[in-house]
Amino acid sequence: MVQLFEKAAKIYPRRVAGLFRNLKWAAMIVLLGIYYGAPWLRYDRGPHVPDQAILIDLTGQRGYFFGVEIWPQEVYLLVGVLILAAVGLFFATALLGRVWCGYACPQTVWTDLFVWVERFVQGDRNARKRLDDGPWTIEKVWKKALTHLIWLVIGMVTGGAWVFYFNDAPSLIDGLLHLQLPGAVLVWVGALTLSTYFMAGFARENICKFACPYARFQSAMFDRDTLIISYAHERGEPRGKHKRGDSWEGRGHCIDCDSCVVVCPMGIDIRDGLQFDCISCGLCIDACNTVMEKIMLPRGLIHYDTERNQERRAEDLRTARLPTKGRMRWIRPRTVFYAAIIALVGSLMLGAILLRSETDLTVIHNRSPQYVRLSSGDIRNNYQLKVLNKTHFDRSYEIAVEGIAPKAVEVMAAGDVPVTAVTVPANSVGEFRVQLITDRGAAARNRVTFRLIDTSTGKVAQHASYFVQP
Amino acid sequence: MTEHHEEVDDATGTKTTGHEWDGLKELDTPAPRWWLIVWMVTIVFAIGYWVVYPAWPTISGHTGGLFGWTQYEKLKVDQAQIATRQGEYRRKFHASSFEQVAGDPQLFEFARAGGSVVFKENCAACHGAGGEGRKGYPNLNDDDWLFGGDIHQIYHTIEVGSRSTHADTHMAMMPAFGAILKRQEIDDLATYVGSMNATQPPSVAWVNGQVLFQANCVSCHGATGEGNRELGAPRLNDAIWLYGGDHETLVETITRARAGVMPTWQHRLAPDDQRMVAVYVHSLGGGE
Repeated sequence: MVQLFEKAAKIYPRRVAGLFRNLKWAAMIVLLGIYYGAPWLRYDRGPHVPDQAILIDLTGQRGYFFGVEIWPQEVYLLVGVLILAAVGLFFATALLGRVWCGYACPQTVWTDLFVWVERFVQGDRNARKRLDDGPWTIEKVWKKALTHLIWLVIGMVTGGAWVFYFNDAPSLIDGLLHLQLPGAVLVWVGALTLSTYFMAGFARENICKFACPYARFQSAMFDRDTLIISYAHERGEPRGKHKRGDSWEGRGHCIDCDSCVVVCPMGIDIRDGLQFDCISCGLCIDACNTVMEKIMLPRGLIHYDTERNQERRAEDLRTARLPTKGRMRWIRPRTVFYAAIIALVGSLMLGAILLRSETDLTVIHNRSPQYVRLSSGDIRNNYQLKVLNKTHFDRSYEIAVEGIAPKAVEVMAAGDVPVTAVTVPANSVGEFRVQLITDRGAAARNRVTFRLIDTSTGKVAQHASYFVQP
Repeated sequence: MTEHHEEVDDATGTKTTGHEWDGLKELDTPAPRWWLIVWMVTIVFAIGYWVVYPAWPTISGHTGGLFGWTQYEKLKVDQAQIATRQGEYRRKFHASSFEQVAGDPQLFEFARAGGSVVFKENCAACHGAGGEGRKGYPNLNDDDWLFGGDIHQIYHTIEVGSRSTHADTHMAMMPAFGAILKRQEIDDLATYVGSMNATQPPSVAWVNGQVLFQANCVSCHGATGEGNRELGAPRLNDAIWLYGGDHETLVETITRARAGVMPTWQHRLAPDDQRMVAVYVHSLGGGE
């Protein structure tokens, strides 16, 4: 019989309480709070400009992040953000292992939320399992239906929050309440509703195992000093069931209660050692500690530790030494390297933001034709000037040319009329045609610098170009 | 397949396919169920696609799809949308004089952009993509105009062409002097025309040429070679030459004469398109 497929076993994580569970709750509240709340923050930028603190205005082609305002040509800043995010992830991984996976990844956070809903409606692990295995009773139908309904609502709110980042939130929610929404918004809300519902409701750990590229190359960031979740083999083994009053002599502290396995959202047994499915969430630590307290043994049979400390402890045991205290080596070549990249990219970004010019000038030399011979024998070159006025005020500028001494600089604004000063309205791009006319000189190609002088502030923007003659 | 014997890998407990390469064995791991489902969904999607969209070739054409969707129809709809968007400006342009267009920045940019497109489709073949011209085809960027460079004159030239089939076409006609003057005389004339602005007579040939010029050429090209736009006679005392200002080319021009042709665009382009091209050409830098 050919087996066409293998059904993945469904995981029913059991409820657990403890330090790391609380950390996860806190992370979930903070992260979801930021995600759902951030579009509602206001930031006053003056009249005629959106007052939403974080806004990507696609139709207006502007990005706003509090005091930072970027134009389409400054999207390279986004590249900086992505580099920082990637290296920040590497840095965190080198120091603390997969903390991102365990606490902060959207896949983890929403899955956690969905499992919480599942538990709230259908009960804990055993009840859910029983419900799934049992026949379709009325109880099963309403419990399942309610779960999926809540999931869909969460998905809808998730998709709803996403579109707020691209539209003015208060006016959009007004449209939402009156059911007057642009089609694009509906499509996005729909897509994110379904993807949230599918990813957190069904795909869950499979995303980490099969789809996530980061899960696959994280091992490159690992070394023997990276924090991982480890089961203290030397203390736990040989494991076995234990009855109250039995001696602990000649056996390990693991009582094989399977608590660490049933709470695991990835469905693995951490006692098998470090494995790629482990997202380092620490729930097995909470589960094991609860059990250890009950049977009055020290906590920490499963704990966050480094491979180096594990080896040292095993070595201590073998040589019958007193156990040395585990220690963390925070400063290692790779952590220093990642930190240096973060500092470098971060300061470049900061510099780019602080030194951002309020006026930009681009000069395009007309190449068809490169030069024009006039009746008098003079040579003319044509240029197209783009002036970006990034301020929120109308500005006027003077144009000066350096590098050659032209007989005439003719500026043509829109409309076929020569002008002397150019005016660009607030927050917009002005385009001007400029003609330089010179006597025929010696060099075939001359460097020319266009200078744009803001008449109100005296600030200068410049752009290099060239002047061609036969 | 009779050779195939079931073998189970010790480490994973999975069956092997029975294939072995240098000790490496291939496990017959089943695909996950979700993967199989996604695969089947794509197949179902493909069938739906065949039904809805044109997909399969038939002997005389192809299957039409449920809703008769075609790229041609899509293009028509898109172009209709664009035409609607442009409609407002087109109407405004239609009702505006050239002077009104020049004074309205938005309308001017619309006309210039539209004219640039029409120019590239119709005029660039001879005048070059940027109107830079080439031997025999005038450069439209410079300030030298055979028939006048203000926007009305440019528009008129576009409308009637030069030596075209249009009844009112520009009809400049220079005689071929090869049959009128001797070879030596043409040589002297070319020497004079090539350096008309010289203040001191540089040679005997130049002086002879000057005499010949006064006798044969001034009626069209003017006493100082300033040209005559009424007749379409080019200005000769400037730095711009349509066919070349070197001695040999001048000899050739005088001997055989030149008669470049530009077609009339009156019936080829819509009137507003002709006007847009005029706006564009006028804006290239030489407009008067």
